[in-house]
Parts: sequence; C-alpha cells; structure tokens
Amino acid sequence: MGRHMTAISLSHVDIAYDGQRVVHDVSFEVAAGESFALVGESGSGKSTVLKAIAGLAPEWTGQIEVLGQPGSHRPDRTLARHCQMVFQDPYGSLHPRKTVDAVLSEPLTIHRIGGQDARVEQALADVGLDRRFRFRYPHQLSGGQRQRVAIARALMLEPQVMLLDEPTSALDVSVQAEILNLLKRLRRERGLTYLMVTHNLPVVSFLCERMAVMNKGRIVEIAPATALHDGAFRDPYTQKLYAASGGD
Amino acid sequence: MTVQAWLLDDSPKSRGQAAAGRAYRVTLDLLRNPLAVVGALIIIGLILTAIFAPWIAPESPVGQDLSNRLLPPSAEHWMGTDELGRDIFSRVVYGARITLLIVGLVAVISAPLGLLIGAVSGYFGGWTDRVLMGITDVFLSMPKLILALAFAAALGPGIENAIIAIAITTWPAYARIARAETLTIRNSEFVAATRLLGASHSRLIARHILPLCTSSMIIRVTLDMAGIILTAAGLGFLGLGAQPPLPEWGAMISRGRSFILDQWWVATMPGFAIIIVSLGFCFLGDGLRDVLDPKSEGKS
Repeated sequence: MGRHMTAISLSHVDIAYDGQRVVHDVSFEVAAGESFALVGESGSGKSTVLKAIAGLAPEWTGQIEVLGQPGSHRPDRTLARHCQMVFQDPYGSLHPRKTVDAVLSEPLTIHRIGGQDARVEQALADVGLDRRFRFRYPHQLSGGQRQRVAIARALMLEPQVMLLDEPTSALDVSVQAEILNLLKRLRRERGLTYLMVTHNLPVVSFLCERMAVMNKGRIVEIAPATALHDGAFRDPYTQKLYAASGGD
Repeated sequence: MTVQAWLLDDSPKSRGQAAAGRAYRVTLDLLRNPLAVVGALIIIGLILTAIFAPWIAPESPVGQDLSNRLLPPSAEHWMGTDELGRDIFSRVVYGARITLLIVGLVAVISAPLGLLIGAVSGYFGGWTDRVLMGITDVFLSMPKLILALAFAAALGPGIENAIIAIAITTWPAYARIARAETLTIRNSEFVAATRLLGASHSRLIARHILPLCTSSMIIRVTLDMAGIILTAAGLGFLGLGAQPPLPEWGAMISRGRSFILDQWWVATMPGFAIIIVSLGFCFLGDGLRDVLDPKSEGKS
C-alpha cells in the first residue's frame, strides 16, 4: 500500500493520562478518502485515540502516522494544515467573546493566509450559514449553527483529514440529521478522510464504510459498516452492542 | 436606520458594529441598576472635578492666609479653612487630582501585572505555577497596609513611591483571580480547538484566555479602588504618602487631627470626600459585577 493511500495509521498505540494507561495496543489504518468510525461505550477510550492523533493526549507510545507524517506529542503547525478536529460540544468549542468572523479568521491569521474576507464568506456558504451570521457572537446562535461554525473553522485550513469527536451527540435529533448531511456532502465535495468517534450505530451506517469497536481501551473488532445491516459480527461484545442498539 | 437599531442589530455587518453593539448592551444593563448609576455619577464627578479643578476651586490650594486660620464653614469658605488659612474646599477639589492619579496609576500597574502572572501561571501549570504562585503567596501573606508602609518607608516618602508601594501590594490578589479563571478555561474545547489550529502559547494566552479574565478583573479592580484610596490616605496620614503642601486627602486628615475637637471641619471635610469616592467605586463595582459576570453572559 503506497504512502498516500493511507491517511491515518496507528500501530500498537498505548495512551495514558497522568501515567494511568487508558488505551491498550490499538492498531488500525484508515485509507485516504475513507470514512472510519470508532465505536464504543463512553469510557472505552475512543475519544482518547482521537486526541492522541491530534496531539492533545501527549502520553502515547507506539506509532501514529497521519498522511505519512509521524504523529506528534503536542499540537503541531504542519499537522494543522492537514488534520483538523471537530469537537462534541458546540457550546464549549467556540470562544464566548469572539464573533463567528473572528473564529473563522483566526486560522488564516495564524498561518498567514491572505484574502481572509473572501475566504470567511466562502466558508460560511460552504457550511450552509447565511452571511448575516458572520458578525454574531456564539450566544446568538443555536446549537446546530454553532456546530456549523466549528466545522467551518476546521475546514478553513483545507485539511484532508478530519477527526470528528461525536459531532452530533450534543444536538437535537432533527439538527443531527442536518449536520450529518452536511458532513456527508463536504466529504463528497472535497474527498475528505473522516475518523469519527460515536456511540450511535445508525450514524455509522449513514456516514462510514468501516468501523472499529472499542471496549475497555482495546479494539475488539474491526468490521465493515455493512455488518450493521446483516449483523455479521464475530466478537461477543460487538454482538451485544449491536443487539442493544436494536439490531437483530 | 436609527443609531439604536444599528447598535442592536442581530446581524451586524462589520466587526466594529458587533463590538459597538456589545458595548451598548452592557451600558444598557448598567443603566438599569440604580446604584451603579449613582456610582458612575460619583466617579464621573470625580473625574470632572479633577479636570476642571482650577475653575471650580475658588482659591489656590496652597495659598496661605494666616489671618484667616481655622475659620468654620461659611458662605465664603464652604468647608472652612485649615491651620494655615488655606481654603479646605479648594484643597479637597485639587485633592481629586491626586486621588485619581493614585487609583489610575495603581490600576494601570497592578491589574495587567497580576493578570499576566496569573494567566501564565494557570496556563502552564507545573513548575511555572509553583514558582509564580509561591511569590504571590509571599506577598499575599503580609497585611497590605503594613507592606505598603514598609515599601514606602524603604523607597522614601512621596506620592510616586506611595503609588509604587500600593501597586506592589495589590497585584497578588489579581494574580490569584486570573489563575483561578485560567484554570477553568485552560481545558475547554475552544482552547483545544485553537491549539489544533497551530496557535502559539502566547497567542492563546493573549487572545483567548486574557479576554475572558478581564471582566472579573475589571470588577475586582473597581471594588478595590476604595481600598486603594484608603491605603493612599493611610500612607498620607502617616506622612509616607503625598508630602506637604500637596492637598492629598489622607494627609489633610492627618493635619486636622490636632484640631479635631475644636475645629472638626479640618479633618472631616477631606474624610467625607474619601467616603463618597470610595462608595462611588463600590457601587460601580457591584453594578459591573451584575452586568459583566460571565455566568450571566448571553442571557440578554
């Protein structure tokens, strides 16, 4: 498999918080353009894996590669251009005193990219936000609108890889569908690679091609998303999870 | 479109309009609080008095007239005269300049210093935190006035040294507040998201963390102004602050002490000025707390 065919690759990754190991021996690969899900109950370590890839969980050992670049133990400027993250809580991921415009301009300022005005307007249009939202503060936006701003911010640097940490679980059901459709459209239009963390199996079958199931900090099974239709899971834990979510 | 509609527009067209709208909303909230308005009026009065002192004061604050010593308040001398025959009202009016200078400079020196030390300490944690907070604790553990006294005595009496001494004693409280605020902000997702964009530590502290600490800092500084005025007056009273013939309120009270039983107005009039201005800052600070408190943010 060529370098550029693999967007994200983890091999034998252990992750710890303050010396306490929470993720054990995780290995998987995500192909460029693929959408891959990490599934599991809360506390299974799936978000931690995402944070380690982004550099936000510095205590990891093993091998992490993003687009052929070795992973870093802290957020990294070069990685920022290729890999961005969308967080779970749209109420916590936007600075309460910054307008949408300030939030979207900041990545351009950090990386000294010009034409900010046009880029911000374009980014708003791309995530389906009217231009009148541009100078609003987060408290003047709904949860769904905030999450659109957070997605737009992640896309400002035109990354190829997006890490999605339960991007819809804090939203109303109707808004969830809108955000999922937006993510699906953006991926199709830009050929993005998604690594998504979720505990919601229908979201996986809507947006992802493959999934890894995590339990107690370990990957117990990697399966194609089609298994969610036919229930073709090998691992007993996965079968239990599948049954609990209404599959039979 | 009226100015008000422009300010309250839900969909501002520019950065300036968004910022102006926010400032307007804060002002509106502040005006709804009667005590805050009283406080603001007192502070505005103080500032205007300081600016227009030469036009307001009927006489020179230092001109002596020994034939008119210790006159009681009258139509000619509203607050009476002191032991050198100087008009106390004129001295109180000119004293507003000194008071404003002291609170202004102390705020300008100690608030940014405390804010920066606290934010850096809270943001980096670990050894940085331990060292910076250790220093802060040393300063905090000593009584303010005594510490200011020691500094003023070491630096020599005078208004500039009094200001420096007070500034040195006030920043640790601000550093503590800023650190506590930073600790709650440091692990929030918007900080993580900005780090992922490649932002430097200095950018994160300056652009993301400090703006969220400033509102509690403004409140705290305003509330502390009364204490700063009292400390300055205390230093003046003890002879370590403003030196004669400067009309500093604390020094004036100190001079009036010898006549307090027979010529009560000499010490009382500057005392009233201190009380009123201190109250004004307290009222304004309380009002600002109601308006700027981050927990009430977004309710309007």
